[in-house]
Order: sequence, then C-alpha cells, then structure tokens
Amino acid sequence: MQALGFEVLWKGKNFARLMGGLWVALRISLIAVGISLVAGVLMGALMTRKNPLIKALTQLYLETVRIMPQMVLLFLAFFGTTRWFGWNLSGETASVIVFALWGTAEMGDLVRGALESIPRHQYESAAALGLDGKQSFLYVILPQTLRRLLPQVINLITRMIKTTSLVLMIGVVEMLKVAQQIIEANRMKVPNAAFGVYLTVLVLYFLACWPISLLAKALEKRWS
Amino acid sequence: MNADVLRSYLPLYKEAAMLTIRLGLLGIALAFLIGLVCAAVLYCKIPVLRTVVRAYIELSRNTPLLIQLFFLYYGLPKLGIRTTPEACGVSGLAFLGGGYMAEAFRSGMEAIAPIQLESALSLGMTRTQALSSVILPQALTVSFPALMANVIFLMKETSVFSAVSLMDLMFTAKDLIGLYYNTTESLFLLVVFYLLILLPISLVGSLIERRLRYAGAGL
Repeated sequence: MQALGFEVLWKGKNFARLMGGLWVALRISLIAVGISLVAGVLMGALMTRKNPLIKALTQLYLETVRIMPQMVLLFLAFFGTTRWFGWNLSGETASVIVFALWGTAEMGDLVRGALESIPRHQYESAAALGLDGKQSFLYVILPQTLRRLLPQVINLITRMIKTTSLVLMIGVVEMLKVAQQIIEANRMKVPNAAFGVYLTVLVLYFLACWPISLLAKALEKRWS
Repeated sequence: MNADVLRSYLPLYKEAAMLTIRLGLLGIALAFLIGLVCAAVLYCKIPVLRTVVRAYIELSRNTPLLIQLFFLYYGLPKLGIRTTPEACGVSGLAFLGGGYMAEAFRSGMEAIAPIQLESALSLGMTRTQALSSVILPQALTVSFPALMANVIFLMKETSVFSAVSLMDLMFTAKDLIGLYYNTTESLFLLVVFYLLILLPISLVGSLIERRLRYAGAGL
C-alpha cells in the first residue's frame, strides 16, 4: 500500500496521536452532552409552561441557536465574545460552551415534544387511580416520555459528535488537525499520505457514530 | 460598530453569499435526486442495489461533512482524481444530503398504505407508473417537513466549505478578521447574511407545511 499512504499511520506514535485527536473531539462532545442533558430537561419543562413570557423567551433562544450554522456560533464565541468581553477562551472551552448551548436548545425541544405527546387522559387516569402528583409523574408519565425521548436523544448525541469536527476551524488540535500534521511531516517521503490518512479519519468518525445510531434505531423499533 | 467599515465589507459578503447560495442550491438539488433514487430502490426492494444504498445511507449519515470534504479534496487527487473546489463542495454536499433525503423520502413512502400500491398495480399500472403517480405524490406531502428540515440543515452545512478554500461567508469573515481585526463588524455581517439566506427558507417552509396540514393531504 506504499502508494496510498496507509503505512504512515504505523510510523512512530502516529496512530496513537490520531486516536488522541479523536478523544479530544469526543471529550468535547461528552462534556457538552452531559450539560445539555441536564439543562435540556429543565429547558423542556420550562417550554411546556403556559406563561407567555417564558414561552416567548425559550422560543427565541431555541430559534436563534437553531437557525445559525454551528460554525457561526463557534466564531461568535471564539472571536466575538473574547473581543467584546475581554476574556480569554481556549478553543476547547469555546467549543464546549457553544455545543452545550446548542445541545440544550435541541434537547429542550425534544423534551418538550415528548412531554406534550403524553395525552391528558394519562394524567387524569393517574389522578383517578389515587396517585399523587409525584407518583403519577414517576410511574406513569416519565416511563412513557423516556421511551419516546431516548432514541431521539441518542440521535442528537451522534449529531453532536459529528459537529465537533468543526472545532478544527477555531484552532483546537483534534483528529483532523493531527491528520494534517502527520501528512505535512511526511510530505517528502510519502507524498500520497493524504489519501490514506484522511480515509482513516473518515472511517474512525464512522466507527464512533455508527454504533450509536444503530442503538437509536434498535430502541426506536423496539419501543414504537 | 463602524458604518464605513460595514459599507466597505458589504460587496465582499454579497459575493460570498452568492457563492454559498449557488453551491448550496446545486448541492441540495443533487441531494434531492440522489435521495429520491435511493428511496425508490429501497421501496422496490431491488436486490443487490438495496444493500449498496443502505451502506451509502449509513456512511453519509454517520460521518461529518468536513471530513468528507477533506477526503474528496485532499485525498482523492492522490488517486489521480482531480477536482475543483466548487465541484468538491457540491459533490460533498450532495453525498451528505443524499443520505438524509433518502431517509426522509423512505419514511414518507412507507407511510403510504401498501394497498395503494396493490390497487395501482391491479389497475394495470406498471411499477414505475404506480410509483410516480400514486405513491410519490402522497409520500411527498408526508415527508415535506423532514425534507424542509434537511434543506435548512444542508444550507447550514455549507459553512464548512471554507475548508476546501471556497470563498464563502465563513471564509470571508475569517479572512477579514485576520486582515483588519474588525471583529465586531465582520461577525455582524456574517450573522446578518446567514439570516438573510436561512430565514426565508425557514419561513416559506413552515408556510407550505401549514397549508399541507390544512388540506389534510397525504394521509
């Protein structure tokens, strides 16, 4: 495979470095997912409130975050806020903030959808059976909400992992950046390394996301 | 914010926005076609092709566009396949979008009761006729919200085009920030231009969606 540059990956610590790059991307998405899950549930609960002010504010937040490409949000955080507020943000912190804000909005919308999909008679029947508020939420509403929610949340997680590839653009050294470095370092000896290395990166991303989407699909099939 | 700076940047952003729109629409149109063909293959259960299409959908949906573009633009030329940045951006977007569109079409087609196909066939229609004049029109109305969401998603995804040295909005903004350090103005125009592109699509989409729902079309 001399011509296609796969062998570059086995030189020195190259493959370990590439995996380290993947871990940087995965770490950013894991932290952001963690924050989004907690904040998103609160956000979703807020969105089902009848209060028009809360409704307008949450809607505004959701639509603003949703309409902008994530790259623009990253730029705003990394180049914009550092200029306007005079603080220092590493690329990684900026990405975590952006992905957490974005994830919270998306997660909130999913939670809202799931909560609203439970018909009213479920609440009423639970009350008629003598369950109090906490009991009916825990034993009647929550299990049904989770079934609907879980596959969608898992899908959101794969979306977030895929989107972390963008952090390259604000200078975070993740897998793609490491790949570039490897290719550059071997430019003279292995001029075709770009093919093998980028293909490997593509496959590694696929391997990171595919099992998760399969899980979502399986859960969806089982619970629908 | 400085009005003169904004005014002097405006032409650059306009040009970049035109590029984003042109390549975006082209890529989306291609994605639409690919999705339609893939969904038809899945619906008709054509043996071998079906497996290929399934693999393609999984691959395109589980890898980021940025990496796909890097592979297309920097990787493929090593095999002797030379592309221009524009062709690369469009084909990358079409590759990514095809998988998403296929899923949207497929779920719409599956929502149409099998009896529709059976009735069409028993009326003497060929499979192609049944598909194009009975199943698809109904499926389209069902899949419309998903298709529209995909269009917006793909238009947003064009923001990674700058990675293959296309001078789109992101490229222009980053370039200007680097050159003149007018961060506020550059980012302001970036946001405004993306809103100008994305808001109309989103509004028209929800308008049509509402009309479809009023008509009770589809199911």
